[in-house]
Amino acid sequence: MPNVIEAAALTKTFGAVTAVDRVSFEVRRGEIFGFLGPNGAGKTTTTRMLTGVVPMDGGSVRIFGHDILKEPVQAKQRFGVVPETSNAYVELTAWQNLMLMGDLYGLDRAHSERRSRDLLETLGLYGRKDQKVQGYSKGMKQRLILAMALLHEPELLFLDEPTSGLDVQSTQMILVLLRDLNTDGTTIFLTTHNMEEANRLCDRIGIIRAGKIVAIDAPERLKTAIDRMHRLEVSFDRPVLADALVGLDGVAEAYRTGDKWQIVTEDPDLVIRSLVAFSGDCGAAILTLNTLAPSLDEVFLRLTGEEQP
Amino acid sequence: MNPAAYREQARRAWAIARKDIRVYYLKGPVLIFGIFMPVFLFLAFFLGGRDLPLAFLLSGLVGMTLFFTATAVSPAIFPWEGQARTLERLATCPVTIEAIVLGDMIASVLFGIGVTAVTILLALGLGLPLLHGIVLGLAIPIAACCFSAIGVLLAVPPTNVPSNIMMLSTLLKFPLVFISGIFVPLEQMPAWGLMLAACSPLTYFTDVVRYAFSGAHHFPVVVDIAALTLFALVFTAAAMYLHRRSMPRRI
Repeated sequence: MPNVIEAAALTKTFGAVTAVDRVSFEVRRGEIFGFLGPNGAGKTTTTRMLTGVVPMDGGSVRIFGHDILKEPVQAKQRFGVVPETSNAYVELTAWQNLMLMGDLYGLDRAHSERRSRDLLETLGLYGRKDQKVQGYSKGMKQRLILAMALLHEPELLFLDEPTSGLDVQSTQMILVLLRDLNTDGTTIFLTTHNMEEANRLCDRIGIIRAGKIVAIDAPERLKTAIDRMHRLEVSFDRPVLADALVGLDGVAEAYRTGDKWQIVTEDPDLVIRSLVAFSGDCGAAILTLNTLAPSLDEVFLRLTGEEQP
Repeated sequence: MNPAAYREQARRAWAIARKDIRVYYLKGPVLIFGIFMPVFLFLAFFLGGRDLPLAFLLSGLVGMTLFFTATAVSPAIFPWEGQARTLERLATCPVTIEAIVLGDMIASVLFGIGVTAVTILLALGLGLPLLHGIVLGLAIPIAACCFSAIGVLLAVPPTNVPSNIMMLSTLLKFPLVFISGIFVPLEQMPAWGLMLAACSPLTYFTDVVRYAFSGAHHFPVVVDIAALTLFALVFTAAAMYLHRRSMPRRI
């Protein structure tokens, strides 16, 4: 089965407000799926419906083929959740929290202990396993809830802003762990505001705005899709004439910026081939050649309508 | 392993109960409230000059202790957990709402029975004979289930402010104590009082305790046990059904 999450026409209303409006998407096995959107767009509500925390008013969610409303326990057994705000029991120690999770997921005690030890060591918490969580820093709490979510070795992991407000050390530790988990086959559903994080981690990204999905695609395809016209930047080891560049196949416009040329085109692939041929024909060696795609931030702002004038 | 099987969910409910005991029950103030509240109420009536026999008052004390301890913490667990967001943690785990309610009830039952055992020892220490130990041993767990279910039922309103729930809880618990034949024997109650008393599960438990310690009782013991069982089943079913409806609004 290629899809681990199948959301169809997911809808949630609060009074007169439709927080999530017929949202449909799939998350494929083994991918990291980024879920982006401005505050209040419906990310958290969607994630809560996907994880069975709140019921939907319309539509359906299937996790590994299990309907989240009809077979919630079977679905939940196969995923782990890392919320934005730590929700470990602060009156318990890290070890007691993990043992509780082991019991709630039906693991035998020996397995829970072995797995807890490994996770706490990986996440740098083993030395403080017997300390009550209320004495932990935010980064430590976040690492602990990641350990709690991973204890039962879930095939799917939901993360809501896992690195929000964390120090560099905790952030790096979590990101490295996520990459390793994904390499080992864990599917990851990542809700984030951090465009750089999404750009670096995600295979595909879904963007939600005002309760509706406005785009789903790979980050690079999203970047290229928002502009029909693309820009390239090229520099040569000797001066070239603007007329010569404008006459090349695929070039719509060319203008000079310092010692480089900016080229506007609808077909960057064709222009790159033309430039390479031009370089060979006129003996002007290419020093640098860059495609200037919009950043994911620009894509996000454009698609969510939050671009500054 | 089928995680949704009853046996598996019961195991997970037991894990929730152990967590509750560790996090909420084994606290000084909770233990003090559970023991002192009934003791002080008992002393108020014992020293208040009323001419009631010790056996009657001690039976009432045992009844009150179980009632107060089994309903002391359980109403506040859902709001506390909603406030601390640990309820959301439980909601994402493969446990049903019924298992969460059952776990809260088990913790409350154990706490109630534990503290009540102390009160029974106190009664025995004061020279009260235990005439029907088996009946008492049967009635206590059933009554503890019934009172715990009341406690969990009180937590149904989807507020995450524990003081709101505790106020509601107090509003219900104290009148119940006064209509349940603890301080005024059922035989001395007017007809309307007796009708009210018949609606309170605490009445039946107090009646059984009185029978266990003195042999006297108002209702037949079978009726007491049957009524307690019926109340326990109805309140437990209601708590599970209503929490299923209110929990999403709490998160």
